Amino acid sequence: MSAADVPLWAALPATVLLICGGLLTLVGSLGLLRLDSFFARIHAPTMGGTLGAGCVLLASMLTSTALAERLVIHELLITLFILITAPVTTTLLMRAAMLRSRE
Amino acid sequence: MKRPPLLPLLPVVLAIVWLLLNDSLSLGHVLLGLVFAVLVSAAVRLLRPLPAWPQRLHVAIHLCWQVFLDIVRSNIDVGRVILGATRRQPTIGFVKIPLDLRDPHGLAMLSIIVTGTPGTVWSGLDPATNVLTLHVLDLQDEEAWVRTIKHRYERPLMGIFE
Repeated sequence: MSAADVPLWAALPATVLLICGGLLTLVGSLGLLRLDSFFARIHAPTMGGTLGAGCVLLASMLTSTALAERLVIHELLITLFILITAPVTTTLLMRAAMLRSRE
Repeated sequence: MKRPPLLPLLPVVLAIVWLLLNDSLSLGHVLLGLVFAVLVSAAVRLLRPLPAWPQRLHVAIHLCWQVFLDIVRSNIDVGRVILGATRRQPTIGFVKIPLDLRDPHGLAMLSIIVTGTPGTVWSGLDPATNVLTLHVLDLQDEEAWVRTIKHRYERPLMGIFE
């Protein structure tokens, strides 16, 4: 199994998805640099965590389904775990920052 | 007020997670997954006596779709704010939203939706008054945010969980 074995119908959308996911994550990370306060910066990485990760996982599902010649969707688990863990850390960071700025 | 759902949420989700984790639909794994799901649900009941009673599957599916659309839309919005940040920094701000939703599972879902969508972060809920503090990256119209949260997310969540 190598990258050359991926059929074109899967390779093309997967490439587009990977480029989109990469760009979204890049713009999100760029936000850490360009926004000037903590409260604005906290919003930026969410881009990579939601649609960025989603694009990459969808591309992964497409290529593994094409390579294995059956439906491979256990990447959905990663989506589920990101969905239930990422908001917890973001909310914790937010609460900590609010308490600190109140002092 | 509360009626039992068609299927209990936790065992069903656990069984699906088990099958996905093993990447298999063979009879052995289906049986093992069911046993595992029932045992874990029984153990969790001792730890957390309040089970989730979601109802109205079609409302839930519609809400998932709505949230997906909103995530795509706000990714684009936040990206635009970041790329335009050299010219204009966004006006950040807090919005206070009085909630009617009381169910802890519904509130947990609301916090995941709000925080998972780029541009808004759940910043605390006052348990006494049930007022949600929401942090917004680019705050233009406070009223619009209150309306969006209450109509688009809170109402379907109340339908599902209460």
